[in-house]
Amino acid sequence: MTTTVDDAEPGAVTTTASRPRPRRALLVFLAKRVAITAGLLLGVTIVTFGLVTVVPGDPVTANLSDQALNDPATVAAFREKWGLDQPLYVQYLQYLGNLFRGDLGISQQTGRTVTDDLFQYVPATMELAIPTMVLALLIGTGIGMLAAVRNGRITDQLIRVGALLGLSTPPFWLSLVVLYVFFYQLGLAPSGGRLSTDFSPPPTVTGMYTVDAALAGQWDVAWDAAQHLVLPVLVLTSLTVAMLVRFVRSSMLEVLQQDYIRAAYAKGLPTRVVFRRHLLRAGLVPVITVSGLAFASLLSGTVLVENIFGWPGLGQYAYRSATALDLPAILGVSLFVALVYTLVNLTVDLLYGLIDPRIRLS
Amino acid sequence: MTTLAPDPVAPDPKATDALARRRLLGRLRGRSTGRPIWRQPIAVAALVILGGWLLMALFAPVVAPYDPLAQSPDAYAPPSGTHWFGTDSLGRDVFSRVIHGSRLSIPLALAIVSLALLIGGLLGLVAGYVGRFVDEALMRLTDLVFAFPQIILAMAVTAAFGPSTRNAVLALVIVSWPVYARVIRSAVLTMRGEDYLSAARLLGIGPVRALRRDVLPNSVGPAIVLATLELGNAVLLLSALSFLGLGPRPPAAEWGSMVALGSQDLSMWWVSVFPGLAILTVVMAFNVLGDALRDRIDPRYAKGR
Amino acid sequence: MPPLLEVDSLAVTLPGPTGPLPILHDVSFTVGEGEMVGIAGESGCGKSLTAQTLLGLLPAGAKVTGSARFAGTELLSLDTRRWQKVRGAGIAMVFQDPTAALHPMLTVGRQLTEHMRVHLGLDRRAADRRAVELLDQVRIPDPQRAVRAYPHQFSGGMRQRAAIAIALAARPRLLIADEPTTALDVTVQAGILALLDQLRAETGLAVAFITHDLGVLSALTTRGYVFYAGRVVETGPTGALLTAPRHPYTAALLGARPHGTQAVGTLRPIPGGPPAPGQAPPGCPFQPRCGYAEPSCGTVPPPLSPAGTDRSVACVVRPHLEVAA
Repeated sequence: MTTTVDDAEPGAVTTTASRPRPRRALLVFLAKRVAITAGLLLGVTIVTFGLVTVVPGDPVTANLSDQALNDPATVAAFREKWGLDQPLYVQYLQYLGNLFRGDLGISQQTGRTVTDDLFQYVPATMELAIPTMVLALLIGTGIGMLAAVRNGRITDQLIRVGALLGLSTPPFWLSLVVLYVFFYQLGLAPSGGRLSTDFSPPPTVTGMYTVDAALAGQWDVAWDAAQHLVLPVLVLTSLTVAMLVRFVRSSMLEVLQQDYIRAAYAKGLPTRVVFRRHLLRAGLVPVITVSGLAFASLLSGTVLVENIFGWPGLGQYAYRSATALDLPAILGVSLFVALVYTLVNLTVDLLYGLIDPRIRLS
Repeated sequence: MTTLAPDPVAPDPKATDALARRRLLGRLRGRSTGRPIWRQPIAVAALVILGGWLLMALFAPVVAPYDPLAQSPDAYAPPSGTHWFGTDSLGRDVFSRVIHGSRLSIPLALAIVSLALLIGGLLGLVAGYVGRFVDEALMRLTDLVFAFPQIILAMAVTAAFGPSTRNAVLALVIVSWPVYARVIRSAVLTMRGEDYLSAARLLGIGPVRALRRDVLPNSVGPAIVLATLELGNAVLLLSALSFLGLGPRPPAAEWGSMVALGSQDLSMWWVSVFPGLAILTVVMAFNVLGDALRDRIDPRYAKGR
Repeated sequence: MPPLLEVDSLAVTLPGPTGPLPILHDVSFTVGEGEMVGIAGESGCGKSLTAQTLLGLLPAGAKVTGSARFAGTELLSLDTRRWQKVRGAGIAMVFQDPTAALHPMLTVGRQLTEHMRVHLGLDRRAADRRAVELLDQVRIPDPQRAVRAYPHQFSGGMRQRAAIAIALAARPRLLIADEPTTALDVTVQAGILALLDQLRAETGLAVAFITHDLGVLSALTTRGYVFYAGRVVETGPTGALLTAPRHPYTAALLGARPHGTQAVGTLRPIPGGPPAPGQAPPGCPFQPRCGYAEPSCGTVPPPLSPAGTDRSVACVVRPHLEVAA
């Protein structure tokens, strides 16, 4: 991890350039991570597959109407169509084989390929997640740092109570409350969905309506889409901020105790320089880790929030496939989410190495 | 889901391993410089609120003015002297249903946390003590569970087994045991690192006895803190599942499903608002208490550091 | 001419969990221009708090009385902005553990130049040039490369040298060195001490050297102050303090110190420990651990009173003391 030169050799100063081939270390590190990710994803398929096929719930009953269920021929056809008549391991191997060809199968619910579904729903969720993440990191870092430097005073107390409140609020309930206030009472925001009915979606480039509309120069559509973003982003941001604030605060408090902060003051640096250069830099390192977690928890938050705001994103897709026991769709969502998780963690680790000179990939 | 999410200490999976050792060292040595719980006004308030809810759960039939399941033609009545929290779409008294909701949420949260603690704790002990292949396998298993957002995995499990109270509990145990496994494992590893166990082995003390004598008592502190914080989490997750229609079946008076019922018509705000506040107060009380306990047990997190 | 630093009747009280805790009582000392003065005592005796007071870095809620005049300015009544001018440029500090006192994520060069530019008004180029000179002055080899390095790439001794360079960067007149060698290997310690002595001689820098090890003082400092439980219990020329202590505590400190040639059996640890702040007994704070205590010791804390040329001691008994070795 760290390179320290022995006192036996008092003259030595090692610099990055003299370190043994950092590029190769990076490659090895990446290769290991890819292998771990692949193993994890395989595990995810086994767990999900096992879960959905071993348990008592039956996709046949979940997908066919009562009338169709009474007709043995329809049931048999359904089973055959989805390969449910095959032994379990055959079904699994088939799925894996298809997976390697990039084929996630066909959703029993939508009748489209899971890949197509993901391409449609993931951008919708990203349109919520990206602004939420940006806002939450900015606000969470700012407020958390404020609380830390005002440790114990009234500002800190208020922030701490606020964060605790945010952590303890059920997201689905908060969504309803903001809907009630901003849509029902004040009429300031639309009730849900991605666009008002008078508009049709812009030509797909990224799948995010605001971006696509702006790219196409349809400013009225972009504006309408942005308005639809406000409430769900508000809810998700407040929940994410609550989590970040607590973490940033304790991280910054720890840094404030360090000798190097006292040393910075002792050098006669103005407080704002100490905060901005010395405190922020060191205090943000652990925050990078937690922002990976924040992103992950944000993804799960979307399940509930999308449900209430009628937002056709990944969360809703996951919910509907889970309740319908739509195996290919559940597998697709699980794999996607697990992949995002590991990618986020990888990014976090790499950022760590970039920001903190003490950390070397080993 | 968002709220469950890791707070700086215990329940966050990635940070646990990296930091757990250092923190646990502090905990294990039993330093406690924080103020006693009963000297912290906020913690006392949390205890009072929790005590109040427990009493309400115990004496729900006495406290609640109406039968929580009794329907009446007086549907969608706003809060008034006769129905303090109004009535829902079936004319049921929201106040009585909120009171009775505590009889589901609190015991179920306790059940989820104790089961997860038991299973996770045992597996963590075994992983930490046996080490090697067993440890590796168990840790990869926890990785696997952590690779899913909690609510999504819980949703899939409940949906697969069929929505019911029992299955919701089961699902939440499945998604929450790994946190305990990691924390307890770290505690065991710390002990191993401190040579307690090898010393015990040299003295001819068997593994079971060593675990019971040294490891278990020293894991109690962190486990209690974690469990308290996770109680709030369990209440939240459970209400989320039943909000999605995957928890206790109707007409059970469960807070999450009551909020869902109110979401059908925003003008009837009282149907959703009061059960939501009930969830909020219980979860917040558990969180405050967990924080206070942590400050007490792990002074590194004490307020006035 | 008045001394560079003149501390008079300084008392500091910190807020405690059950009420205010008095930490420093009636502390007076001086440091002359270009002089190296020793401040010795066990950990927790208030040495480091004295340093913090002189830099205006006391924790919130601390109460200070008395006076501390630095180069004619009363420090204790300064506002934040004036304090910032004194810190670094007037009084600088070297901390005990250089690993903890250097920011791990800023290059040594950055940490050398940032306050230089504030205090001396240098532009980037001039500051960089001075940074290299300073590293050279504290005997860090290859200073051109060292300015671009991060602290973790240095060894412990090099880190402390860098920390000293940083402390000197804005040309302070007084350096407070708070146990600067305690965290280092014995072999490295001597080098750091020699460096401080040399800097004092070359640049006329005044140094307040804080240590728990009386022996370190002998080679370096002209005068010494012995602290116990937040009070100065003895002061005088270093040589006299070490060879003919007048206060039983000073003698006990010397007796508890291992010597190269001394047999382990002759080491005499001081029984008990120093009182916690606020727990000091009435009268002489050392009396419960003192072998010469008399009933009169338990009434009022003895004041520091003259005892021979340039010497003072806070002891009413003044026993005849023998020093081992």
